[in-house]
Amino acid sequence: MLIRLLVVAVLLLIFWLGSRRMQLIPTRAQVVFEFATGFVRNNIVIGTLGEKDGKRFMPVLMTIFFVTLGMNLTGIIPPFQIAGTSVIGLPLIMAVVAYFLFIYAGVRKFGLRYFKNALILPGLNPIMAAFLAILEFLSTFILRPITLTLRLLMNMVAGHMLLVLCFAATDFFLFTVLADGNLLGFLGVGTFAFGLAFTLLELFVAALQAYVITILAAIYIQMALAEEH
Amino acid sequence: MNVVGQLAPLAFGLAAIGSGIGVGIIVGKTIESVARQPELQGRLQGLMFLGIALTEALAFIAIAVAFIPFPAP
Repeated sequence: MLIRLLVVAVLLLIFWLGSRRMQLIPTRAQVVFEFATGFVRNNIVIGTLGEKDGKRFMPVLMTIFFVTLGMNLTGIIPPFQIAGTSVIGLPLIMAVVAYFLFIYAGVRKFGLRYFKNALILPGLNPIMAAFLAILEFLSTFILRPITLTLRLLMNMVAGHMLLVLCFAATDFFLFTVLADGNLLGFLGVGTFAFGLAFTLLELFVAALQAYVITILAAIYIQMALAEEH
Repeated sequence: MNVVGQLAPLAFGLAAIGSGIGVGIIVGKTIESVARQPELQGRLQGLMFLGIALTEALAFIAIAVAFIPFPAP
């Protein structure tokens, strides 16, 4: 809880400082800031949604990306060591926001016809269409938010468990087994090295999951906005 | 003989078989495509990570099974 408030404060500070004095010839900090925001803008949002719709949904997708990234990164920063996203509340909020966002995008564009477009595939006989409508309903309106939540949550939980296992084993081997004079305790060096390696892996996973949840939200919006097939 | 334990890890193991094969296919095909057309690497990488994330989700759902509080028999 405290970690999340801290992350939000840090994010607000970074964005305030980053966007306060924009110069035509960027300083070093501004280059980093512009690289991060530019990556989300060009590669994720405009790359999937296109120029016009991308600009409409830019703020919320940008927020999803940076909040997720910030919360994920607390999982590997030493004094905290637990990701803000490794408790179900935050991934759930992200998924619910994305869920309402793509339904809103579809309903705004097509009205109630959106649900018909999403569920009923044209050019099939009625029995097949009814069967597929049930499948489409399950995958679009029920499984999408569930998988969005679980993907982020379980990545973070599994990463946390791996780190806990490695460092707990290090503690056990070095300070219990080796202190007893058993040479098997030198295994602790190996587990410590693996812990450090998994920390680097977690750094990669944190960025990857932020990217994935944002691009999936963008793709869902794009599918809702697509013309009827 | 009495065996006591939890079946959830077994479920994760079974789910990981499928996800593992899927991720392997995705990465392998991406490498193949990049070998054919190196200039598409950036775009293919994005698609690869997306595909991996979608495939992995099944294994992660299996991890979540361990956290569902089933009533004791």
